[in-house]
Amino acid sequence: MSVSVSMKVNGKTATGNVEPRTLLVQFIREHLGLTGTHVGCDTSQCGACVVHVDGKSIKSCTMLALRADGADVSTIEGLAKDGTLHPMQEAFREHHGLQCGFCTPGMVMSAIDLVKRHNYKLDEKTVRHGLEGNLCRCTGYHNIVKAVLAGAEAMQAKGV
Amino acid sequence: MSEQGIGKRVVRKEDQRFLTGKGHYTDDLQRIRQTHAYFLRSPHAHAKIARIDTKAAQSAPGVVAVFTGADTAAAKVGSLICGWVVKDKHGEPHKAPPHPALAVDTVRHVGDTVAMVIAETEAQAKDAAEKIVVDYQELPAVINPAKALDKGAAQLHAEAPGNLCYDWELGDRAAVDAAFAKAAHVTKIDLVNNRLIPNAMEPRAAAAEYDAGSGQYTLWTTSQNPHVTRLVLSAFVLGIPEHKLRVIAPDVGGGFGSKIFIYAEETLLTWASAKVNRPIKWTAERNESFVSDAHGRDHVTHAELAMDKDGKFLALKVDTIANMGAYLSTFATAVPTYLYGTLLAGQYTTPAIHVNVRSVFTNTAPVDAYRGAGRPEATFVLERIVEQAAREMKIDKAELRRRNFIATDAYPYQTPVALAYDSGNYAGALKKALEMADYDGFEKRRADSKAKGKLRGIGLSAYIEACGLAPSAVVGSLGAGVGQWESAQVRFNPTGNVQVYTGSHSHGQGHETTFAQLVSTQLGVPLDQVEVIHGDTASVPFGMGTYGSRSLAVGGSAIVKACDKIIAKGKKIAAHMLEASAADIEFKNGVFSIAGTDKQVPLGGVVFSAYVPHNYPLNEVEPGMDENAFYDPANFTYPAGVHICEIEIDPDTGVSTIAKFTAVDDFGNLVNPMIVEGQVHGGIGQGIGQALLEHGVYDEKSGQLLTGSYMDYTMPRADDLPSFDVGYQVTPCPHNPLGVKGCGEAGAIAAPAAVMNAIHDALAPVGVKSIDMPATSSRVWQAIQRANTKMAAE
Repeated sequence: MSVSVSMKVNGKTATGNVEPRTLLVQFIREHLGLTGTHVGCDTSQCGACVVHVDGKSIKSCTMLALRADGADVSTIEGLAKDGTLHPMQEAFREHHGLQCGFCTPGMVMSAIDLVKRHNYKLDEKTVRHGLEGNLCRCTGYHNIVKAVLAGAEAMQAKGV
Repeated sequence: MSEQGIGKRVVRKEDQRFLTGKGHYTDDLQRIRQTHAYFLRSPHAHAKIARIDTKAAQSAPGVVAVFTGADTAAAKVGSLICGWVVKDKHGEPHKAPPHPALAVDTVRHVGDTVAMVIAETEAQAKDAAEKIVVDYQELPAVINPAKALDKGAAQLHAEAPGNLCYDWELGDRAAVDAAFAKAAHVTKIDLVNNRLIPNAMEPRAAAAEYDAGSGQYTLWTTSQNPHVTRLVLSAFVLGIPEHKLRVIAPDVGGGFGSKIFIYAEETLLTWASAKVNRPIKWTAERNESFVSDAHGRDHVTHAELAMDKDGKFLALKVDTIANMGAYLSTFATAVPTYLYGTLLAGQYTTPAIHVNVRSVFTNTAPVDAYRGAGRPEATFVLERIVEQAAREMKIDKAELRRRNFIATDAYPYQTPVALAYDSGNYAGALKKALEMADYDGFEKRRADSKAKGKLRGIGLSAYIEACGLAPSAVVGSLGAGVGQWESAQVRFNPTGNVQVYTGSHSHGQGHETTFAQLVSTQLGVPLDQVEVIHGDTASVPFGMGTYGSRSLAVGGSAIVKACDKIIAKGKKIAAHMLEASAADIEFKNGVFSIAGTDKQVPLGGVVFSAYVPHNYPLNEVEPGMDENAFYDPANFTYPAGVHICEIEIDPDTGVSTIAKFTAVDDFGNLVNPMIVEGQVHGGIGQGIGQALLEHGVYDEKSGQLLTGSYMDYTMPRADDLPSFDVGYQVTPCPHNPLGVKGCGEAGAIAAPAAVMNAIHDALAPVGVKSIDMPATSSRVWQAIQRANTKMAAE
C-alpha cells in the first residue's frame, strides 16, 4: 500500500507515493535524492538527520513522512543562497568545526535553531547543552562550540 | 602563495561539499536496478545451528535471493583473514581458526552473520529475514577475557585449545628479575582497559556491482584502505583477480580504526552481486554497528615497577590478557603485541622490561585496532603505575618523570623493547605543559575546592607512540603480511593545474587540504589549482591506506618524492628551453631559472612544453609531466608529549568535572596547525570518553551486548567535555623529508591516563586506592562510600 504525500522542501513542492511507514528522512534521502541529511543511529540520539520542519529543528528519523504532509521543510541543501554559505555554515568552515562531515548537516541545522531559540545570545555552556542531541565523534566538540558562537554573532550581524 | 603553504592555517577545501550536503557517502549511492541486503544475525553468544529454513523468506514479496553459510561454503567463499602472524614464546604462529563470512554450523557471538537476504527494498529484505527459521542449540559461552583461560571455560574453537590465541613475550625476563631483586621499592598495579565500541558517526555500508560483460566487480565500501580491501578479497577470500575488482571508498564518515578491516558484509555483497547479477547495497543500522564492528581495547593487566631509593626506574614487568573476541579481525593479533609491548619503555630509561601477553577468544565481537591501537593501552599501564609510584614514594609526579626521562641528546635511543626512538624532547614538553596548566598553582586550587566541599586532582600522562606505519622490512620480520609503504602520483595537466593521487584515505583528516598545501609549497602552484584524489583503486595506482597516524609521514613523503621527480624532469626541459645545462637550473617558487642570471621560465611553461613538445629535448626526456613515487619509511615516527588533566569531583554525587585539560604534543613540523589541533581535540574527546563514560559491556551469562545502542553506550556529548588547551613542542622527525611525526592518535593515547591519574589524585585523600575506567559518577561515588566505610571501621 502506498499513499501520497506532499510538502514544501527547500522552497519547492515535493510530492511522492510512499509506504505509510516511510520516515521523513527516508523520503528526503531516497525519494527526493537530498542525501545531505544523514542517518547515524536508530534511537533518535545522534542528530545527523536534523532538518527544519516549519522552522523548528526536528530529527527526521523520528517523524513519518506522512506527518510532514503540508509542512515547510528545509534541509542542509537549502541553506546556502545564490552560492553564498549561510553564516553558520561559514562559521563551521572558518573554525574547523567539521572533520568527516557526517554529523555536520544535522549539527548546522540544530545550531541555527539553537541560535534563534536563544535570540542570538549564546554562551559556551548554552551551546554545549543545546547540542546534547547531536553526536560528533571527530572534533571533541571544541571547534563546533567555537563555530556556533561565532555563527550566532554572524547571524545577528547579517540579520539572518 | 605563502599564505597557503606548509605551516599555514588554511581552511579546508573539502568543507564546501560537506557543509552544503554535497558529500558522497556510500549510503547515498543509488545504482540502476539496485537491490538491498539485510543480514540476519545471531541472537545468541554461542550456539550450534541445527537447521536453517529459508523457504518462507525466499518467497516473500520482493525477495531476490537468500543465502546461508551452506551456500557460501559450497561456493568456496574463503575465510576472512587475519593479516599479521604473531609468533608465541615458543616460536609457534598464533592460532588462526576459520572465520566464515556466514556462519556454517556454529555462531560465536551475538551479531554473528547467519543469513543474507537480498530484496528490492530494504524493508522487504528486513521483513523477509523475519521469516527465516533457525534452530539454535545454545552452548555455554565465555565473555570475560580474564576467565577465558580457566579450566572448564566454554571453548570457542577446536583450533585454539583453552581459548588461547597466543602466549607472547618480549624483553629480558632474567634481567628484570635481577633488577627486582635489588629494588628499593616495588609498585604494583592491577588495571582493566575497558572495552570500547568505535562508533564512527557514519555506520558501515557497502554496495557491490558486477559487470557480466567485463567480469569486473565494483565495491563501494566505508573503508580506510580500499587497496588493502581489494588485495585481501582478491588474494585470500574471494579469489577475484585483483585487476577485476575495483574498490571505491568515497567520502567516509569517520573510521578510528574500525573501517580498516575487511568484514563479512562487504565480502558477501561482492560475492553475491555476481550471483544475482544486480547491484546490492547494505547499510548497517546502528544496532548492527554495535554488535558487528570490531571493538577496541579490552585488556586485563598486572604490572610491577621496580625502583631504587631515588625513584630511578630499574625494571618493569607487565602481564596482560587481551581479548580477541570470537574471531580474529584483520590486524587483531598485532595490536596487543607489536603495538603494545614495544611501547612500554615510554619516555623513560627503564633498562629492563618484560611483557607477557596472552590473547584469548571469547564469545564477543572481534576486537581490533581502535584509535591508538595498543599504544593507549601501553601508555595507560605505564603512566598509571608511574603516578602510583610517585604517590607511594612521596616524590612529585613531574619530578619522578624528569628523573627517568631519556635525555634530549640520547637519540637514536634503543629501548629494551625493540624500538629505536629517533628524536624527542620530553623534558621540554613537560616543562611547557606544566606552565600551561599552572601546575605550581594547583595546591591552592585544591585547597579552594576543598573549602567548597569538593575533591580536586591533577594527573599527568607523558606518552610516546610509534606511528607512521611502517618500515616494511621491520614489520615483515615481525609477521606483517603486507608492506607498509605509500604511493603517490603527481600529474600536471597541460593547462597547468595538478592532480595528486594518494593511497592515503581521508575520512575526516583533511588530506585534500594538507596534501594540497604540500604540493603548493613544493611546486609553487596555487592551492586552488591542486586537486587531491583518493579512495578509488581504479584511479589511485596503489595504496596502503590510513591508520597508525601514517598519512602525512608516509603518504605525504611519497607526494614529496613525486614532486621531486617533477622538479628533476622540469629542470631538463627548462635547460633546453633556456639553452643551458640542467646542472645550472634552479627551481624556486614555481620558476626555473639559470643560477645567477635573470633568465627564467615558469613551471607552467615547462609543463605546457612537456605536453606540446614542439621544441623539446625528446632524445633526453619523455613528453608529459606525470610522476609516480613510492615511499617506504626508514623507521617509525615517535610523536610524544605530555597531557595534563585537572578534575573536580563532587563527593556527594560522584560527578567529575574536568576543570582544565592541557596538551603539549611533539608532532615534529606542522603542515596545517588548524587541522592538527582538530585531530588532537578529537583524540582527547575519545580519550576522555574512555576514561569517564564509555564501556562496551556484555552480560556475562547470556553474552548479550548490554550497551548496544546510544541509549546505553555513553558517547561523549558536547556538555560532557571541556574546551582544551593545546600547545606544541617541535622536534622534527630526522628521517622523512617533511620532518613530520603524525598527530591522529595522540589524544586518544594520552588522555585516559591523564584523566584517571587526576581522579586517583583527587580521591587519594579520602582513601580510594583504585578505580577502573570508565570512572562514571556511580563508580566514583561507590568507591568513596567503600573508602568511608573502611576508614570508619578502622
